[in-house]
Amino acid sequence: MKKSHIAALILIGIAIAVLISSMVNVTAYETIASAKQKSGKTVTVIAKLDKATVQYNPAVNPNYLTFEAIDTLGDRMKVAYYYEKPYDMEKSERIVLKGKMENGVFQIHDQKGILIKCPSKYKDDPEAAKKAINQQAMK
Amino acid sequence: MNYTGEHLLPGQLGHFFAVLSLVVSLVATISFYKSNKAVLPGEKESWMRLAKGAFLLETICVVSIIGCIYYILANHYYEYKYAWEHSDNTMQTQYIFSCLWEGQEGSFLLWSFWHCVLGWLIIWRVKEWRAPVLTVISFAQFCIATMLLGIFFFGFKVGHSPFVLLRNEGILDNAPFLHDASGNLSKNYVELLYRSGGSGLNALLQNYWMTIHPPVLFLGFASTIVPFAFAYAGLTNKEHSWTKAALPWSLFSVAMLGTGIMMGAAWAYESLTFGGYWAWDPVENASLVPWLVMVAGLHTNLIYRHSGYSLKSTYIFYVLSFILVLYSTFLTRSGILGDTSVHAFTGEGMNQQLLAFLSVFVWLPSFVESNKKGKITVAIIIAAIILLTFLLPETITPSLWLFSLVGFLVAFGIQVNRDKNIPAIHREEDIYSREFWMFIGALVFFLGAVIIISQTSLPVINKAFNQKMAEASDAEFSYNKIQIFIAIIVGILTAVTQYLKYKQTPRAVFYKKIAVPTIIALVASLAISIFGNIDYDKKGIGFLVAIHIAIFAAVYSIVANAAYIWIGLKGKMKNAGAAIAHVGFGMVLLAILISSSKKEILSWNTTGVSPLQNTEESNKITGTPAENITLFKGIATDMGKYMVTYSKDSFDVTDRKKYFVLHFKDKQNGETFTIYPDVLRNTKGQEGFSPNPDSKHYLNRDIFAYVTSWIENNHAEDTAQFRPAAMQVGDTTFYSNGLMILKKVDVNKPDVKGARPGETTISLDLEVISKNGRRYPATPAIAILNDSTMRSLPDTVVAQSLVLNFNKILDPKVGKMEVGVKENGAITDLLTLKVLLFPYINLLWIGILVMVLGTLLSIRQRVVKLRTKPVVARKPVNV
Repeated sequence: MKKSHIAALILIGIAIAVLISSMVNVTAYETIASAKQKSGKTVTVIAKLDKATVQYNPAVNPNYLTFEAIDTLGDRMKVAYYYEKPYDMEKSERIVLKGKMENGVFQIHDQKGILIKCPSKYKDDPEAAKKAINQQAMK
Repeated sequence: MNYTGEHLLPGQLGHFFAVLSLVVSLVATISFYKSNKAVLPGEKESWMRLAKGAFLLETICVVSIIGCIYYILANHYYEYKYAWEHSDNTMQTQYIFSCLWEGQEGSFLLWSFWHCVLGWLIIWRVKEWRAPVLTVISFAQFCIATMLLGIFFFGFKVGHSPFVLLRNEGILDNAPFLHDASGNLSKNYVELLYRSGGSGLNALLQNYWMTIHPPVLFLGFASTIVPFAFAYAGLTNKEHSWTKAALPWSLFSVAMLGTGIMMGAAWAYESLTFGGYWAWDPVENASLVPWLVMVAGLHTNLIYRHSGYSLKSTYIFYVLSFILVLYSTFLTRSGILGDTSVHAFTGEGMNQQLLAFLSVFVWLPSFVESNKKGKITVAIIIAAIILLTFLLPETITPSLWLFSLVGFLVAFGIQVNRDKNIPAIHREEDIYSREFWMFIGALVFFLGAVIIISQTSLPVINKAFNQKMAEASDAEFSYNKIQIFIAIIVGILTAVTQYLKYKQTPRAVFYKKIAVPTIIALVASLAISIFGNIDYDKKGIGFLVAIHIAIFAAVYSIVANAAYIWIGLKGKMKNAGAAIAHVGFGMVLLAILISSSKKEILSWNTTGVSPLQNTEESNKITGTPAENITLFKGIATDMGKYMVTYSKDSFDVTDRKKYFVLHFKDKQNGETFTIYPDVLRNTKGQEGFSPNPDSKHYLNRDIFAYVTSWIENNHAEDTAQFRPAAMQVGDTTFYSNGLMILKKVDVNKPDVKGARPGETTISLDLEVISKNGRRYPATPAIAILNDSTMRSLPDTVVAQSLVLNFNKILDPKVGKMEVGVKENGAITDLLTLKVLLFPYINLLWIGILVMVLGTLLSIRQRVVKLRTKPVVARKPVNV
């Protein structure tokens, strides 16, 4: 066997090993109920925002946002986030939350722990487009 | 039914050209194919003439379709869905092209347009290989044309036409304002529609980068088909001299795709608030990976040209680079990244069609590589995949595609490996040879790409295996910790390999030449490590060590390649393209390492505005972030190194932006500057604003700030009343968020705010204590002039939204005073700000420019070589 082939095989072996070991770090998508059971572990939850519960007062603390989230099973949890309130948060149709459940509150310490999915996509959704055309007419 | 004011002609014309384009691209594909396969020169020529004619018509069609859409958009013909969806009456003219490529149809057209341009360049410059290369490009054009068709075949809709009318799409059905009393669509609905306007371009996209980034990126994507097509040509003609003609094209692809990606990074850095230029977002990765593989292919191509090794790898890398472009099209267009990417892409209902075409392209090289029997097998596989794509529910198609892709890779790998027609050298290469280490470098680059795309494909793997895996808790670090080692290896290899010759290098010469650059690089990188204060230890000591090694690798790459221009090339700049590109690559690496590890948050919360739960000291200990600072209008706020004042704001109607004027003053040297971050009002149907940062640029760093939220005081709603409270010294009174104590009463206390000379003041020394224990002083006062006129001097505690007034003296004997307490939701305009410091960001931009410049120089060098020597198949040595 040629040296370059041996080197290539070793490198490919390392790459596969690295890939497999990186899979150890993946977290899991959980429901709110199962996130509550895995208290203290970083998990990802896809939920809906309860708009009435959003509390953010930049005059008091610009780095503290709390709200409640509801998942598709109807479970509810309180969420604390230690950054600014994401723009357009109230318009989200779905939010992806990555954090830890601690003392019954879902704590998000990573800024990228909230991913807002906005219906800016209505452009491709005929139902949303139908609504949009009426909204525009009212302005 | 006729409607007044509809402009149907541009749509009909556009649709005609779309159908014609489908036909002529098919004709072009067949004729180029025939021209390549024809044996007699005359036959070859006549097929070629027909093919060129068809390709010319195709080009005219594509340009005309774009022209029709542009005309519709520019004139705001909202009866067309495309115009209504993507443009708006108030749209600034420079964004009309941006509207064109905001939609999927438009971006396909852009892709198609670049195929045409590249196709003509190839017809003009690459005489020998144009027939097979154009076969592939024309076939791609045919596939794109079907995407724009919007015609039903056997109940299945093929493509989406950009020329559909709103009223035919059912979108107007529920809009009462467009209907007359009997429920029919009003005759003049177009006029009504015009008055209400279109949906407009997404606010985030209304940026000059949106006019330049997509065309360049799509040119990069489109150009990856050229090396792929050359590889097809080599496989189908069983002849491998294309590797010479393909080199400038691969270089071009590397330059364009690289520029496109980095323009996206610059856009992200400059005007989106992702907090930097790179975030390992799936959409970013999806365009980076084809580039990495193309770079790997370029290097193995060079190895083959100079030593005869690595031809098989070249085939695999070139084929894979284009297929990865298709794969990323699928990733970004199918909506599968919805939960992992900040980009809001969705599936647009033609996933199945897209997937079917991707399958054809993916299996095409394998089909060409097979013998007669194999061809049938591959054809059956393609047919089965396409059939399954349409028959199975859409949720299964991603997994189908994943299996198809992996299946192809294995099949094609085995085929190329076994192919007797592809020459391979079985002699051992010398360890002291350029080809050996260049191959290792290319392989490492490629493996780095494989790791990135595997991590990015997590959502696809989830779907395929019904898993629920989410990204690692620190997604960015999960990439960084691997790629930093790729950077170390590749950085060092780009330095060392330059000093090795192809085939064999005398050891003594190699060590002698490389000694000086190595010592310089060591000294320089040690200086950076020691004096650069690079102490990013958040991810542990191991990662910090890796950062320092990577800094050495980057510096080594810069120094060794720069030195090589003189040591190896004797200063001949004409031939220095590769060395210059590598210097740029090293600079990019160095800039990434320094700017990311030394990125600083300047707006650490240090104001009197306190976090509810933690004091600042414990914040620092527990690492709870407090990245935003609150600024009240007109009040200078302490922000670590700077005093920052939010002095005013203004709304610009033309570009719908609200600008904030922020004054910064350096506390140490008194330097002042002003920056103007803004927020852009979103387009219709999407309330709210999008932030837009602003930076103060220095040569070696950027101070980068953006408004994370703001509250405007609406004076009309300020109906809160002063609540009277009788107090004596030592008394307390409550307010909603705490209490206040009257400490003492002063007469003529110096420095009473607002008092004029000659006035006698009586001031109340109050201490406001909020629930969380914060204390704020307040001194409301009365000022008396000549015992006759009396003025009130209220004081405010901004952070608590309190206004305190000294109403009157109730009982002077016992010292009983009346204090008016007013609480207001928003007593003043305020904003929250995030300020970041990016050091050496300019090195990144310069590095990219140098890299692209070097690549362009290399193209020139290769083109000159092609011109000076006749193109003949070069027999590889020792086959």
